[in-house]
Amino acid sequence: MALTRRDMIKAQAVAAAAAAAGLPLPASAQNLVTDASLTDLKWSKAPCRFCGTGCSIMVATKAGRVVASHGDAEAPVNRGLNCVKGYFLSKIMYGKDRLTQPLLRKTDGVYDKEGEFTPVSWDEAFDIMAEKWKKALAEKGPKGIGMFGSGQWTVWEGYAASKLMKAGFRSNNIDPNARHCMASAVGGFMRTFGIDEPMGCYDDFENADAFVLWGSNMAEMHPILWTRIADRRFSHPGTQVAVLSTFKHRSFDLADIPAIFTPQTDMVLLNAIANYIIQNGAVNEDFVSKHVNFRKGVTDIGYGLRDDHPLQQAAANPNSGGSDPMSFEEFAEFVSEYTLEKAEEMSGVPVATIEKIAKLYADPNVKVMSLWTMGANQHTRGVWTNNMLYNLHLLTGKISTPGNSPFSLTGQPSACGTAREVGTFSHRLPADMVVVNPEHRAYAEKIWKLPEGTVPDWNGAHAVVQNRKLKDGDINAYWVQVNNNMQAAPNMMEEGLPGYRNPDNFIVVSDAYPTVTCEAADLILPTAMWVEKEGAYGNAERRTQFWHQLVDAPGESKSDMWQLVEFSKRFTTEEVWPAEILDANPEYKGKTLFDVLFANGQVDAFPLEETSDEYANHEAEDFGFYIQKGLFEEYAAFGRGKAHDLAPFETYHETRGLRWPVIDGKETKWRFKEGSDPYVTPGSDFEFYGKPDGKAVIFALPYEPPAEVPDEEYPFWLSTGRVLEHWHSGSMTQRVPELHKAVPDALCYMHPDDAKALGLRRGSAVKVSSRRGEIHTRVETRGRNKPPKGLIFVPWFDARQLINKVTLDATDPLSKQTDFKKCAVKIEALGA
Amino acid sequence: MTMKQAFRKTLALGALALAVSASPLLAQESVATLRSGTPLAENASPPPIAPVKNTDLRQVRNYPEQPPLIPHKIDGYQIDLNANQCLTCHSRTAVEISQAPMVSITHFMSRDNQFLASVTPRRYFCNQCHVPQGVTKDLVENGFVDIDQVLEYVSGQEGN
Repeated sequence: MALTRRDMIKAQAVAAAAAAAGLPLPASAQNLVTDASLTDLKWSKAPCRFCGTGCSIMVATKAGRVVASHGDAEAPVNRGLNCVKGYFLSKIMYGKDRLTQPLLRKTDGVYDKEGEFTPVSWDEAFDIMAEKWKKALAEKGPKGIGMFGSGQWTVWEGYAASKLMKAGFRSNNIDPNARHCMASAVGGFMRTFGIDEPMGCYDDFENADAFVLWGSNMAEMHPILWTRIADRRFSHPGTQVAVLSTFKHRSFDLADIPAIFTPQTDMVLLNAIANYIIQNGAVNEDFVSKHVNFRKGVTDIGYGLRDDHPLQQAAANPNSGGSDPMSFEEFAEFVSEYTLEKAEEMSGVPVATIEKIAKLYADPNVKVMSLWTMGANQHTRGVWTNNMLYNLHLLTGKISTPGNSPFSLTGQPSACGTAREVGTFSHRLPADMVVVNPEHRAYAEKIWKLPEGTVPDWNGAHAVVQNRKLKDGDINAYWVQVNNNMQAAPNMMEEGLPGYRNPDNFIVVSDAYPTVTCEAADLILPTAMWVEKEGAYGNAERRTQFWHQLVDAPGESKSDMWQLVEFSKRFTTEEVWPAEILDANPEYKGKTLFDVLFANGQVDAFPLEETSDEYANHEAEDFGFYIQKGLFEEYAAFGRGKAHDLAPFETYHETRGLRWPVIDGKETKWRFKEGSDPYVTPGSDFEFYGKPDGKAVIFALPYEPPAEVPDEEYPFWLSTGRVLEHWHSGSMTQRVPELHKAVPDALCYMHPDDAKALGLRRGSAVKVSSRRGEIHTRVETRGRNKPPKGLIFVPWFDARQLINKVTLDATDPLSKQTDFKKCAVKIEALGA
Repeated sequence: MTMKQAFRKTLALGALALAVSASPLLAQESVATLRSGTPLAENASPPPIAPVKNTDLRQVRNYPEQPPLIPHKIDGYQIDLNANQCLTCHSRTAVEISQAPMVSITHFMSRDNQFLASVTPRRYFCNQCHVPQGVTKDLVENGFVDIDQVLEYVSGQEGN
């Protein structure tokens, strides 16, 4: 397109003159195609591939290509809007470096851990995988293998993976990257309510009078939900927005009440507000007396580091989630030390500001929505912080009604739908069940039609422990799907990279693009993504959404689900199950894992004829039955009648999603409240039925310090996070030119005074280092993030600047989720 | 071999592979395209902060629904509770003076698809959808095909 504006004007002038003279226009001027057979596009719905908001997208296809996309006007979530990433979804599948065939590290034609990536057939790929899996299983048993999946798996991919690992290989060493993201939220829900996921829904946005962001930057991370808050704030005068964070960011542009707090002191502020509510007589005594229990949590619980770490050894009660009953009066006494003055002293937030926020909760006439994601979850006391957020809503009874909503946001498109609801965590089974509960295992084995004792009774290795076990050589065969964990996991140089490159280990990575994690692998499997397969995601408001396969995947790429199910054909029960199970259940002998897991009369129950006439479905064609429907319906059996009811499969292809529990065809907007949740016992008003006595729990928990704080040698706090224009590790969005050019590089956002004191200015090249590793980047003092003195922010999307070389693998000891928001670093000029 | 030696070897092979990585079918040590051959354990020199394209020349959209890119700097623009600086030029009434494009009519529609008297607050934060562009190279070429080319292909297929 070398045409300039001048050329265009000239051409138009010629055309106008020709028209005036009655002359026919030259062919090049007949520039509007009008033939309907050409201009008609096929528009289909699909949820967005990116965050947990779960926007619905309309996707246009023509001649086997995605040619356009836009926000779905019919979708209640986004009503026609997308964020900038969403508007560029059309381009995410077309990066020129898509993987199109399996690649195995080889030297002279044979597998070699130090060899070069060499194209191989799927057969050869599965051959070497099966060989390595069988070797690890023979030498170490089920604990010698592992899998790391994702909240970006479709529902049936996560289900197939969980079933293959937990029931097939009898190993609970499977965890999703949602462990880095949502585990503290899950822990908070289970501890306070006994059942996972928010009680409210997005309809709360149009009903609330106040929004309080606890460490969340929704303007960038949940932009479409931010549009709903902006809409409410501007169109209903009197609505207030409070934004709390450790640094100033874009969400502060809408803040009536801004607050910058010292890292980790969100816990102090939460206890101070609880104390304020009590001191000012704002406790909803009727609600509290009927629906709430009080408990005092065990303290001094450690930091989820290796057992020999001094901080772990110093902890009095490492990893303890225990608690004891207490009275309201004892709780009031417990929080009474957290005065507003003490809170100001510890957090740096002025008393007047804390009081303003406290009043939003204390005023019975203000409907308040609390919102949080990674600030509260990626926290060495993440579960506690979630518990303490619920404390405020339970003390005031501001819960489960329109606009009164403690709302835990999610980061990934199916963190809820797949990681949490399907139970792909190392300790979970579907529908909130856990592997250490014998009744839950028996229930799973019954639905799966598998022998008693198939599902192992031990908690598997979670994300951070998987990397430690790879480094230690305890896990030797390892499969990563739909995520870029070498870039995403903490402490890459001390744990992740040595683990993957440990000569004892065989690492398989399934991805659409050659990521950082692929480069650390031994075998790379090319993978179909997003609308190249039929899928289902579940968003943060319990909304399950489906899509059809709209285009074909390039080359030999196959979906994660196809890879998992195909791999199961490589194993017989004799090879992976102990003799005692097979002797007691001889009918399972001589079968493959495919036979017992996927050709079990349930997963293969629906014929190909039930697939859509309008859309291709390559997996169903390959396996000879409607495998997505079979997996979904078998999975749905876990939750039906157990407050996790899903609608029939077909319904989701026809709707813009439904929020579970779906009872008699109707979705549930507010759980635990009589009148809006059919599971609540009539006459009870509220019922927190996840707990045996129907009561939620308010926890007395103190402030405890973070694992690492700045000191003389490493004087800055480091917080990592995302940016609006890039999704997670950037593997999709850095390949979209417009998104790449919008935010080309990671930068070190810092206070101009800090920069000046170090002799730096905007654009200076610097080394950011911790006790664990370093990266090289540039200083930004005028960007969208404005840290206070003493803190820097570095985003983690950039494959060229791997900030997780620097971060610390300290986790919440209860949820095992890493704290990516706090470690100590130093900054030195690179002299470039 | 120690870990460090292994990384050194990776570095050497990586440099070699880079020289011959024109064909994806060749065996290669370094596959992480975005890192341009820098081994995982190493840190490349960070590129300078890219200047923002400030030509005021509009760019072709990939498809009509795509929000137009911002062809000028927006450093320090105020878009907050008090003011929206973008609308100083792009509002309905400003364009006669500014000759900037008026915000799309979709921006006047509420959640319920009703036209409002002014721009809907759900579209208030312009930079959630509209972004400036740094003057920098693509990391990887994108093979998205414009609809006009797809139509040409379709016409060709049908012998039109």
